[in-house]
Amino acid sequence: MTPKPYVREIPRTTWYLSRRGDMLHMVHEVSSIFIGIYSLVLLWGIQSLAEGPVAYQAFLDGLSSPLLLAFQWVTLALVLFHAQAWFALTPKAMPIQIGEQFVPDGLIAGAHYLAWGVFSLVVLYLAGVF
Amino acid sequence: MSYKTIELEILRYRPEVDAEPWFQTYRVPCEEDWVVLDAINYVKDHLDSTLSYRWSCHMAVCGSCGVMIDGDAALACKTFVRDLPERKIRIEPLKNFPIERDLVVVMDDFMEKLGRVKPYVIREKDKPLEEGEYRQTPAQLKKFKQYTLCINCLCCYAACPQYGLIPEFIGPAALALAHRYNQDSRDEGKRERDEVVTRNEGVWDCSFADACSAVCPKKVDPAGAIQQMKIASTVDWYVERLGLGRKKT
Amino acid sequence: MKSNKPLFWSLFAAGGTVAAFVMPVLLVITLLAGYGMVPEALSYERLHAVAGGWPGKIVLFVIVSLSLWHAAHRMRTALHGLGLRADRAVAIAGYGIAALGTVLSLHYLLAI
Repeated sequence: MTPKPYVREIPRTTWYLSRRGDMLHMVHEVSSIFIGIYSLVLLWGIQSLAEGPVAYQAFLDGLSSPLLLAFQWVTLALVLFHAQAWFALTPKAMPIQIGEQFVPDGLIAGAHYLAWGVFSLVVLYLAGVF
Repeated sequence: MSYKTIELEILRYRPEVDAEPWFQTYRVPCEEDWVVLDAINYVKDHLDSTLSYRWSCHMAVCGSCGVMIDGDAALACKTFVRDLPERKIRIEPLKNFPIERDLVVVMDDFMEKLGRVKPYVIREKDKPLEEGEYRQTPAQLKKFKQYTLCINCLCCYAACPQYGLIPEFIGPAALALAHRYNQDSRDEGKRERDEVVTRNEGVWDCSFADACSAVCPKKVDPAGAIQQMKIASTVDWYVERLGLGRKKT
Repeated sequence: MKSNKPLFWSLFAAGGTVAAFVMPVLLVITLLAGYGMVPEALSYERLHAVAGGWPGKIVLFVIVSLSLWHAAHRMRTALHGLGLRADRAVAIAGYGIAALGTVLSLHYLLAI
């Protein structure tokens, strides 16, 4: 008897819907596209800054358009998701061994959160938000 | 007296009669301390002797009983029935592998890839026996110990989205073992392994979904191993491009 | 076959770290501006002065450029995962935009 192994097809566009972990990973992957578009928004800001006060005011007005406001909210959510996933994965990619023992993952991730929080507050302070 | 009766839905595939797999449901009276493998064994012993599946040790050492349990790759011997939320439990053969028969998958692809990463200590020149053993400090051992715990159960391949999408991908367990030997102070084979590891279908097809590490029953963390090799390979790449490294012989 | 992935991956990894640390707070600031509460630092005079100095130029350049490279690289796996099997075209488009964005940001920052 010849064996006749059965190959299961993977649904090409929907495979990540069946597992929660796969879905969250897909969200993380897609966050990159929003990060890219937001970088282009920042680039637009730099361009307008170089062109003078009138162009720059047009950029600031642009930020308040409903489309860009909605985009920014979605990007904020996605980038926060990206940040927590990134901090959680960093200790795996860059473990630190001191003597015999490895520094616990939670400690490395925690240090990232601390630095992130301090950095964000400093930036908000320097920006004159409070 | 049984603890509870479950409905075990098992994916069946008998190549001589079935055109495609189908689910068969068995009612299994379980005890409270049963793992899923006990329930499958009950089916085999009392309900349907035609069911095919792999198992051996019943204690998460042999790596034979990896299956999909309610969609997640896991060892049937390490998953307690009482920890599963539903009375209905769905058992399928490991994803991303062809089905040989019922819950038995074809693992030839993994075996071939495992060989390609040369998972053994390689020395440029072996030391004569009379010079004694290769000594290793506890810190040097600790550096790679967790990667030695892999039992080749292939749960990581079943969980890996990239292996499902890109069949050429060397995949988690084989790459973790490559890293295990690269990290071993006695080993000098990194450059040989890099021939496979640093190709696109080596570490670079990994998207760091971390699914392999999430399902690993031995906490090997293949995802971490792969990222560490990406970093090492990147450093090597820059060193080579910038001409900082030692000359290649 | 030598992979060119180390180059793009290192930019991706650096950009991912920059985006994780910097973008949340930047989004808070631009969102405030979007709702009419423009923070002091976003006034034309202040920001122009900041971007006029070298530290400011370098920081802005690093944020914009690396985030673009991060996005371009990850977009490849994202779109492949969503079912678009045209990796070469996606790579050329993504890296092309990132390279163009890098050049343009440099150009505009040097003009400030």
